[in-house]
Amino acid sequence: MRIRLSAEVLRNDLVRRVEEISGQDLLACYQCGECSAGCPVAFAMDMLPSQVIRLVQLGQVEEALESETIWLCAACQTCYARCPKGVDLSRIMEALREIALQRDGDYLDIRAIHPEELAEFPQQAFIGGFRKYTW
Amino acid sequence: MEIPYYPGCTLNTKAKGFDNSARASARELGLELVELEEWNCCGATFPLLVDNMLDLAGPAQVLISARQAGQRLAVACSTCYNVLKRTNRVIREDEDSREKLNFFLDADYGGDLEVLDLLQILRDEIGFDNVKEAVKKPLSGLKVAAYYGCMVLRPPAEVAYDDPENPHALDDLITALGAEAVDYSHQGECCGAYLAVKSAEVTAEMSFTILASAQRSGAELVVANCPLCQFNLDRMQKTMGSRHTGFQPIPVLYFTQLLGIALGLDSEGFELDRHYVDPRSLLEGANLI
Ligand code: SF4
Ligand code: SF4
Repeated sequence: MRIRLSAEVLRNDLVRRVEEISGQDLLACYQCGECSAGCPVAFAMDMLPSQVIRLVQLGQVEEALESETIWLCAACQTCYARCPKGVDLSRIMEALREIALQRDGDYLDIRAIHPEELAEFPQQAFIGGFRKYTW
Repeated sequence: MEIPYYPGCTLNTKAKGFDNSARASARELGLELVELEEWNCCGATFPLLVDNMLDLAGPAQVLISARQAGQRLAVACSTCYNVLKRTNRVIREDEDSREKLNFFLDADYGGDLEVLDLLQILRDEIGFDNVKEAVKKPLSGLKVAAYYGCMVLRPPAEVAYDDPENPHALDDLITALGAEAVDYSHQGECCGAYLAVKSAEVTAEMSFTILASAQRSGAELVVANCPLCQFNLDRMQKTMGSRHTGFQPIPVLYFTQLLGIALGLDSEGFELDRHYVDPRSLLEGANLI
């Protein structure tokens, strides 16, 4: 992928917004990959957690928003617990979900859930799911 | 000893077996879990955006009601524990959030409640030695995998009361009950949590990884501390066999169900019949029920 960098690109509005609502210093990440190594959902992701933060560091928030990774993050906090720089990547994932939800609307439609699952799944799954997948 | 108790939505409905076995076991050990007179849902996930006051209001209201009932709060569901514990810290340590939440909820709460996980109370206040003394049916010969999940371990500085990378509180309880706690690598790995509602296949794969790790260490039973972990680990087994040939089902209980059984309590209200992988033949075979 070819990215043209400039001060405007690196500090664009979306980058500032991610920084503001996640409360994280994006540049603290030095790309060691510890987060991706420990992420239990990495096997299913199209982009590793450390790649998501790298894109955001480089001003490519749109690219990050296209990734399935932000929806596959289970907020398990393993990345945050192990990051040697104290970056809370789970908050960056949440910030990206928030921006995507505000822009594109809900990611989960309750009508798409199978009736059998609706009857069986614990309340906690739905409440948690709707907190993460709807706006 | 009495302690105010927050059951949470799922223990009040789908996970009655967890709630009933927690209350009965605690009572047997001299601890009365007194349900809060008024409570609401904690939100089931801790909000991760700075300034998300709306999603903090629910758990904050629970904390405010709990503080009126006493100085401490016992929580059995590890997810509720995580959300309440983290919210309490925000209220205690962040002045701006504290003021906003108190203004919105018409309260004057400073965050001085002590939020305690039930396992933590069993360890620190009852003591596993005393639990061991109270055991009427030792679980001799049973090989049990203690599954901690995420919520009592991470973020470590905010919620952990155990070694976050190598926890052992639940293993120690299992040992006190006379069973063998198997050592396995995935005890704190995520089961998939709410991904279940959108990506069931991914959740099944994550849960499989945990169960396979436990089984490689010889486990014949897994115990959990969260209704969503229990559900994912248990129900997702339906589809594991088709993706992983040779997969053998393994029952997943709440740790309190196993505790109650070892204490010799009547398991009538424990809802052992509501699990997807029926644990009863294993327990009957060991003469435990
Ligand atoms: S562990 Fe932390 S520093 Fe390392 S790549 Fe991940 S976010 Fe960056
Ligand atoms: S919080 Fe999300 S990104 Fe971080 S380890 Fe867990 S699933 Fe992966």
